[in-house]
Amino acid sequence: MRAWVFGDNLDTDVLAPGRYMKFGIEEIARHCLESVEPAFVREVRAGDVVVAGRNMGAGSSREQAPAALKHLGVAALVAESYAGLFYRNALNLGLPAVVCAQAAKIRNGDRLEVDAEGGKVKNLTTGETLACEPIPPHLMQMVRDGGLVPHLEKRLRHA
Amino acid sequence: MGQTLAQKLVARAAGRAAVTPGEIVTCKVDLAMMHDSGGPRRVKPMLERLGAKVWDPSKVVVITDHYLPEADDDSRRIVRIARDWVREAGVHAFHDAQGICHVVLPERGHLRPGMFAVGGDSHSPTGGAFAAYMFGIGATEMLGVLVTGEIWLKVPHTIALEFCGRLAPGVAAKDLILFLLGRFGLDGGRYQAVEYRGEAIRALAMQERMTLCNMAAELGAQTGLIASDETTRQFLKLEDMQVWESDADATLLESHSFKADEIPPQVAAPHSPANARAASEFGTVKLDLAYIGACTGAKLEDLRMAAAVLKGKKAKTRLLVAPASLRDQQAAEKEGVMQALVDAGAEVLANSCGICAGYGAYLLPENCVAISSTARNFKGRMGAASSQVYLASPYTVAASAVAGRIEDPRGMLQ
Repeated sequence: MRAWVFGDNLDTDVLAPGRYMKFGIEEIARHCLESVEPAFVREVRAGDVVVAGRNMGAGSSREQAPAALKHLGVAALVAESYAGLFYRNALNLGLPAVVCAQAAKIRNGDRLEVDAEGGKVKNLTTGETLACEPIPPHLMQMVRDGGLVPHLEKRLRHA
Repeated sequence: MGQTLAQKLVARAAGRAAVTPGEIVTCKVDLAMMHDSGGPRRVKPMLERLGAKVWDPSKVVVITDHYLPEADDDSRRIVRIARDWVREAGVHAFHDAQGICHVVLPERGHLRPGMFAVGGDSHSPTGGAFAAYMFGIGATEMLGVLVTGEIWLKVPHTIALEFCGRLAPGVAAKDLILFLLGRFGLDGGRYQAVEYRGEAIRALAMQERMTLCNMAAELGAQTGLIASDETTRQFLKLEDMQVWESDADATLLESHSFKADEIPPQVAAPHSPANARAASEFGTVKLDLAYIGACTGAKLEDLRMAAAVLKGKKAKTRLLVAPASLRDQQAAEKEGVMQALVDAGAEVLANSCGICAGYGAYLLPENCVAISSTARNFKGRMGAASSQVYLASPYTVAASAVAGRIEDPRGMLQ
């Protein structure tokens, strides 16, 4: 639930550097964000939240970018806006990504509670509640199922 | 009320007469393209987990381009998965080591105006140059397409970007897109459709149009489109072709018009393609390396531009050239273009994504200052995090290689 705050255009090359793409997600995740925040991989804990400014996830289609965050235990993403491709990838992996116009109010290290379905971020450090755009209903079921693969698994079982 | 080109393409794929921007529709996919990095290697285990088969193997195209040349055991293993998988899945459209997917796909006649296509790579909007609705998706989303043959989409608004007049000599499509990135930033496209229009666009060769649409990705658009015309028909060698274009009275989200002849060569400084300004403003930047490569910077048209500058000259900096496809390289050899590059001191690398994607044996070393005809210069993308990459057109990369520092190419053109 700790907030890790980054700026605008946080790109997929810093999230999942190309030179490690030949490896599995464990190894890629070890290098996640190392060129901008070396402490991140060491100190991130399960349940933490990555907060960014505009156009989070700019760049590549490589879904190892959101997958690395998920692998490290990141529970939700909060950003002013997302690159569309990254947004789809995050939700397809079951990683909730909420759009929050006031994301800039969150400080690095704040304690957050993210309600993706209800569309709010509660800042336990400041006591403030920030309104967000909820995840669209046609996608929420998939996120609840844990992503597109378990969602399809369920669908195919019922077919 | 008329429809935009984007609306018409989405409506056809959704089986509807018309669609409205903002509504969510499900589209039938005409073509799904994958490469070795995000393709079979990723989707095969997921297909197995689901016990599912590819909905229609005749609509799938697989192209190897990332882990080539196979530099180590990991690369060999990854490319091997692609080779084995196409056989198991019954996919016949497999182009192995023929060049970069976005260039090979239209070169081998897979794209047609009017199509709705997805690619497992962010530069898939390249297909939009052929008036096809094509965009990039991740591997899990690709799995969804392979299983269902469908994908959901929020019908995009259209941002029209018009270029009047003609490009000045020594100015290329790369300069236009860098200019747009400097003006609108990495999220200017707002994940909508951008449509390039105007006299300067109509006058562009097909591969130059591909460069513009390719980097709609950097603009943050879902796709970049250009209406089909005689140039499209000739490139695809079609007997006749339906014209796909926006209606004159279609509603646009934004419309911007620029005078093409007033745009000078552009360079984007580290570490963002949006850090673009006129090449003439960078005179003091000394270079260690010049790179002409990638789907957006080493097609036949790009190689011709580089040769137009380099013919009869010598590069002062190390110059690497990775032609974007084998066919383009062969055509460039026939024209004497490759010889001009080699005579200028170019080392010729394989027809693959290579340094642009941060793959292979030529990654930029610590503190390397490079100028590159590629699409992205994010920190550490092409090698060491301390390397500095400037983006520019093949003309400007070539001129800078000769000068040993960033150089406006217009004084060097023959």
